[in-house]
Amino acid sequence: MSASPTKAKAGAEKISVVVSAKVPVNDLVTRFEFKRQDGGPFPTFSGGAHTVVEMNDAGRTRLNPYSLMSDPEDTETYAISVRRDDEGRGGSLFMHNFVNVGDQMNITYPVNLFNLDLRARKHLFLAGGIGITPFVAMSKQLDRIGGNWELHYGVRSAALGSYAEELSTKNPNKVHVYEDDKGEAIALEALLNGQPLGTHVYVCGPKGMIDWVRQTAKQAGWPDDNVHFEEFAAPQPGEPFEVRLCKSDRTITVGEHESLLEALEREGVDAPYLCRGGACGQCETDVIRHDGAFVHRDHWLEDEVKASGKKIMPCVSRFVGASLEIDR
Amino acid sequence: MSKFQFPESIMSRPVYGTLEPRLGHAHLFVADAEGAEAILDLAKKDPGLMSSAHIIFIPRATGETYVEQLKALRPAQFYSGPSYEAALPRLRRVFSDASMGLQVYLSGTEGLMGQAQSEAMQAGIAPAAIQTEHRGSVARRMQCVHCKGITEDVMTDPFVCSHCGLNLFVRDHYSRRLAAYQGVCIDAEDPGNVPDPVELYS
Ligand code: FES
Repeated sequence: MSASPTKAKAGAEKISVVVSAKVPVNDLVTRFEFKRQDGGPFPTFSGGAHTVVEMNDAGRTRLNPYSLMSDPEDTETYAISVRRDDEGRGGSLFMHNFVNVGDQMNITYPVNLFNLDLRARKHLFLAGGIGITPFVAMSKQLDRIGGNWELHYGVRSAALGSYAEELSTKNPNKVHVYEDDKGEAIALEALLNGQPLGTHVYVCGPKGMIDWVRQTAKQAGWPDDNVHFEEFAAPQPGEPFEVRLCKSDRTITVGEHESLLEALEREGVDAPYLCRGGACGQCETDVIRHDGAFVHRDHWLEDEVKASGKKIMPCVSRFVGASLEIDR
Repeated sequence: MSKFQFPESIMSRPVYGTLEPRLGHAHLFVADAEGAEAILDLAKKDPGLMSSAHIIFIPRATGETYVEQLKALRPAQFYSGPSYEAALPRLRRVFSDASMGLQVYLSGTEGLMGQAQSEAMQAGIAPAAIQTEHRGSVARRMQCVHCKGITEDVMTDPFVCSHCGLNLFVRDHYSRRLAAYQGVCIDAEDPGNVPDPVELYS
């Protein structure tokens, strides 16, 4: 697979890799390992970093972010785990069905929007499902520097608990797994109230879990600075809409199943991005004029800014209405 | 009594707010002298909070003025002691037994708040979980930058270092670790040429 010709210069710099392993972890999750095509070392990263994987899906470029789960100090291999989402936009299905050992791909340099606060006296990790992946890398990073961590991991069932067994065998005193099908759940309030001073909590999982943890931590009097979460929004389909691009001086249509960012890229317009999930702020774009309503899905813009109609995050947000003109 | 508004100064100078009730399962109050009034005011806003409150109070010159009023708030624990030093072992024990969610409320003089804050931060409490409200005396806790000695309750500028006897100029340059402002020799170049001391903020 090669870079699509319309691919803009935006985003973090790319690394050409070859798929060195494709390992089924369970019915839903597959691990992909990459080596560099040029045989050189990968950059080290920090736990919590993600890479954006470029997929050439029958001429359509898909760019999906995945957390790196390999040892951050391992410069030979990068690993990601992909959960198959049958209802999703197709990126994960493409990875599962069409990417195989030996394939050549492009991935971006690691970008970290979910890093450890190393001033913490203790790191409390709360994972739900595939949200386990950043913590695999973080725990390896902390083990190397003697950091104090503890993991509470909610899984649907033992069979679907990616890496649960491996992690608990290696760290029997640090890892607590909760199996949903057995009615087990994290006793969150008690867990939070019992943490020593200087603890930071990190949560990665479904949106409902993130909201639950943030809300419970707030009620328990945890300062915001001590609560970290990774919330990638996947772009959602919606009614197609037209956008006038004032710098490029043309009008394009955003299709039902693509994001505004993807439409810009398809048209060869250089649009910046890093996370493609409404979290990093990189794609922020000025709205010149509009007649209609925004569907803001990012976690970046302040509510007042969203209400002002002056900005849009093209990676996840959409528009419904008569006309939209943006500064691209 | 009304609150003193410190004039704007350099970044180093701490700024104080108004204590507000916060969510959490434990609330620690450390106050000296008129700092008691900040606790009384907060209790009016959220009387329920007192059932999980621990008050450490150093009356200093206020004597018995506030002790009964504070006790009447029915905090879970109340301690009143003669000095910050006397209260320190208790403060340290509270911190070593504490867990996340503890809210810290400091009120009174700058010296008291600064020292308790530095202690709290060493215990791992995030600055965001610590609130401060200045009440009472504007006296400062000063460190002599020459001999490193601390002089408490400095009310004039310049003043004489209680350790080495140098004439020190009162700066707004503050050390969070030491919980003290820096005092610098004012007559180093022309010994004996010392301006008349002026009361702080007069
Ligand atoms: S690319 Fe990160 S917010 Fe849009």
